[in-house]
Parts: sequence; C-alpha cells; structure tokens
Amino acid sequence: MPLTEQPVLSVKNLTVHYGDGCPLCAAHLEKNRCSACGTVWAANDICLDVFPGEILGIVGESGSGKSTLMQSIYFDVEPTEGQAYLSDYYKGEKNIWMASSAEKRTIKNNIMGMVYQNPILGLRMDYSAAANIAEKIIAAGSRNAGQMTERAKELLTAVEILTSRMSEAPKNFSGGMQQRVQISKALANNPSLLLLDEVTTGLDLSVQAKVLDLIRKIIAEFGISVLLVSHDLAVIRMLADRTIVMLDGKIIESGLTDQILEDPQHAYTQQLVHSLL
Amino acid sequence: MNKNYNYAFLDEGSKREIRRSILKAVAIPGYQVPFGSRELPIGRGWGTGGIQITLSLIGPEDTLKVIDQGSDDSVNAVNIKKFVRLCTDVPTTTDTREASIIQTRHRVPEIPMKNDQILVLQVPIPEPLRIVEPREEVTKKMHAEKDYAPIWLQLYESLIKYKKITIGTEYPCMVENRYIMNPSPIPKFDNPKLNDSQCLYLFGAGREKKIYAIPPHTKVTSLAFDDVPFEKESFKGKKCRLCGNENTYLDEMFDSDTGEKHYQCSDTSYCKEVRMKCH
Repeated sequence: MPLTEQPVLSVKNLTVHYGDGCPLCAAHLEKNRCSACGTVWAANDICLDVFPGEILGIVGESGSGKSTLMQSIYFDVEPTEGQAYLSDYYKGEKNIWMASSAEKRTIKNNIMGMVYQNPILGLRMDYSAAANIAEKIIAAGSRNAGQMTERAKELLTAVEILTSRMSEAPKNFSGGMQQRVQISKALANNPSLLLLDEVTTGLDLSVQAKVLDLIRKIIAEFGISVLLVSHDLAVIRMLADRTIVMLDGKIIESGLTDQILEDPQHAYTQQLVHSLL
Repeated sequence: MNKNYNYAFLDEGSKREIRRSILKAVAIPGYQVPFGSRELPIGRGWGTGGIQITLSLIGPEDTLKVIDQGSDDSVNAVNIKKFVRLCTDVPTTTDTREASIIQTRHRVPEIPMKNDQILVLQVPIPEPLRIVEPREEVTKKMHAEKDYAPIWLQLYESLIKYKKITIGTEYPCMVENRYIMNPSPIPKFDNPKLNDSQCLYLFGAGREKKIYAIPPHTKVTSLAFDDVPFEKESFKGKKCRLCGNENTYLDEMFDSDTGEKHYQCSDTSYCKEVRMKCH
C-alpha cells in the first residue's frame, strides 16, 4: 500500500484516562492502573492510520483498550488527549474531536458507520428494520419516504434479509439477523469508514461464519475502509489486511496480519497466537 | 366576586412572572419556556397550565369562553368558567365571536378567530420529542441542535406499518422552520388553522411547567414527507345529524340500543349557531 495515500482515518496520540493522573503514573503502572494515584489509563498514546479500502484489525484481551479506542472514534467516549482526522471531514485537516456536537452527529451519520457487539446499542429494537435504516437517511436530510423504502430494500437485500420482513421490529429477529440489520443501517449513507466492534462475538459458529462472509462480501462491494475490533484471532485472520495488537491500553505490535500471526514478536502476541493453535 | 382572593386568584407577582414567560414564548415561536407553575384549587393535569395563562391575562374588559372537546357544557369547561367568574366577575359566553379569551382543550373553534382574540390551549405533554426520547436533558439538546430525525422516524414507521400516517392528535408541526412543536391534543383537522392565523395561540402545560406560543401570522407546517403530503381527517359522506354540516370536525356517537352510528359537530356552539340561522 503506497504510504503517500491519505488515510481515511488517522488517530494521533489518543489518550483516555480516568482519574487526574500524577507524575508517578508512567513508572507505577500496574497493567493500566497507576498504583500511586489510582488513575486508569484506558488508552495510552495510541496512533494509527486506516487507508482507503483497507481492513485494519485490532486484537487484544478484554481491558486492553480496544473498545475505548473504538468508542472514542465514534464519540461515545471523550478522549483526554489526542487528535483524529477523517479524509472526508475538512479533507483531514481538522481534528474531529474538536467538532461541534451537531458536526459530530453529521460525521456519525454520513462519514462513519458503527456496528456494536450488542445490537441494542445500534438499533431501535421497537422500530421496524426499514425505519432503522430510514433514521440514518432522514438524519442526512432526505424527506422522501419512497426513496427511503427503496434504499432500505436495497440494503436489506445486500445483507440477505427478506424484504418481506422489513416492517418487522428487530426485537423479533434472531441475533444474527439483528447484527445484519445493524450492518445495513451502518451502511445507509455510504460511509467511508465502517467500525466493527466484536460483531460476531456471542453468535454461534455457523452464524458467525455467515456474518463474516457477508462482511467480506459487503466490503468488496462497497469499497469501504474498516476498523475491526475483535479478540478472536480467527476473525482477524479471515478479514484484516493489517493488524494492531493492544495490551493494557497501549499498542504493542503492528504489521501485516500474516506477519503477526506467523512471526509474532512480542511475548503477549506469541502467547495469543499460540493459544489459538 | 369572592373578595377573599386576589383578583384572578393568583397574586400579582405570580401573574407577572407568567406574563413574562408568555412574552418570551411569543418572542420565540414554538419554543417551550419554563415557568413556575402555581398551585391551584384544581389538580394538575386538569388544565392548570391553561388556567394559569388565562388568569394572568384576564382583566375586567375581557369576555371568557371555555370549551372542552369542543363543548361549552362539559364538566371541566363549566367549572373552569365558574372558578374564573368567582374570582374576577368577568362575563362568560359560549359565542366564539364575543369572547376575547377562549380557553380550550382538544379543539380550535370552527369559526375563524380574529386578531383581537387569544386562544389558550391546555397541554398535557408539551414535548413533541417525548414519544421518542424520555430524557428532558436530551430533548432540550435535540431542540437546540435541531436534531429532529427521531420524530420523522416516528412518521416513517407509521407509513411502513400502516401505509399511511396514523397520528390523529398531537400531530407535530414545524414553527417558522425552527422548532418542532406539539400542538396539544387537537385533532390534526385543526392543524392548518395554526398557520398564518389572525389570533394569538398560547399553550400552557401546568404539570410539565412549560408555556409556548404561536403569534399571529406565524408559519406553521404539519410535518409531511415530500412524496406523502399531510392529510387531515376526512368526513366524506358524513354530516352532522343536528345541523347537517359536512365541513366540520364530527364526533362519532354510538347508540347501543339501536346499534346505529351518528355523527355530530364537535364544536357545539358552532352547531347551535348554524341551526339558529336555518330556523
């Protein structure tokens, strides 16, 4: 991948800590918690780039800061420090974390799509699948109901949900279907970046395979860049071009996925890859 | 007049505070102004918002009309009139044209209002976004940022489920392209009367402690999709059994003895007037 290309998403020095921090923090970290002042460093000086059409995987054990990273990018968590740039927001010249709340909403609607591990966070469970997709389109400014319905049909077909069920509420759907509705909702306004947070965790193996297949198909079809968080190396192996390994809020290793899986350098990564086999 | 109470029941300071909130509401059409809702000898939820507006505005020159569901004679309307008369001696009327202040619940009168009249509406839930967002803190932000997608979602959901918008009352409307407003539980039949009207509309919610207003000649549009226009209730083929009118809002009445359905004007004073003219 030519490095001169402008990244779709660029995160610089993201730090999220809970607590005020103290001068002793750097030397007294017990995992990600300072034993002197008790501050938790959920994300510590994270830098990463996602390039166009690329799938960047993030692995790490629970508590390693994967979700904090993801939630910061999607404005669910307010970062303590750091900058993030999107190529579709002022051509990557303005820090998205400094945007006004109305601008942040526009970014969430039009530039990014998020798929949560728990579909309750991403969907309105009591509204129909079609209305869930329409919400995104309405937020982008459309007021044409016919066009919304057409788009909903198109997207639900892409995620293999029968359009005859589009007027049903996701609460009546199976877990795998809910996840697929969430994916179609995230894609409603053709975002340039898709955030996938543990999308297959909690689904049974056959459904997992199906959702993963579908994600691969959609990524190819829509030509979208993806940031993929998972603690499951099988998912990372199947989807990610490049992978970042996180531990205790820090990035400890990054590189091509094959390279990480075949020749892990860090002791933790070695252990992780080993436990997979 | 009962001299044991201050004129119009509320003390002068309270009335002034409410009038100040009303002025602010008039200055920002469709915006919900918080106010200190007072105790009244009537339970909250029984029209105390409207009564407080009426009491703070009323003076010796005024004539009051009170309607409930279009009727001048319902218990609520009669008792509110009695209460205001008790503490002001202001004359009351059932004639829409004669009144200077009309307090109402559920209806806007059929006779067009004039520029020297005020219509006071009693509002149970002033927040149009409450149905999609239970938290006040969040709905305030949504209004501030004009984040109205969820309310449109509500309309779209209705279209998807029933092929038409099924909201009958409290049909949300956009005021001067800025605030989405809940026009209180008037039927959507009355929504068009809010647009570019001659009179001043004041909305009072006593329990929720909010006042909002539509000043005369304000642009009020009922929400509708580009390809699905707003439609009010149609009473095609039905007419009032008393006055024969076909263009008013009709109540459906069911006679359990004969199993027959009748239709009757919901605005009783208008119906009476039409009948008087005929005879």
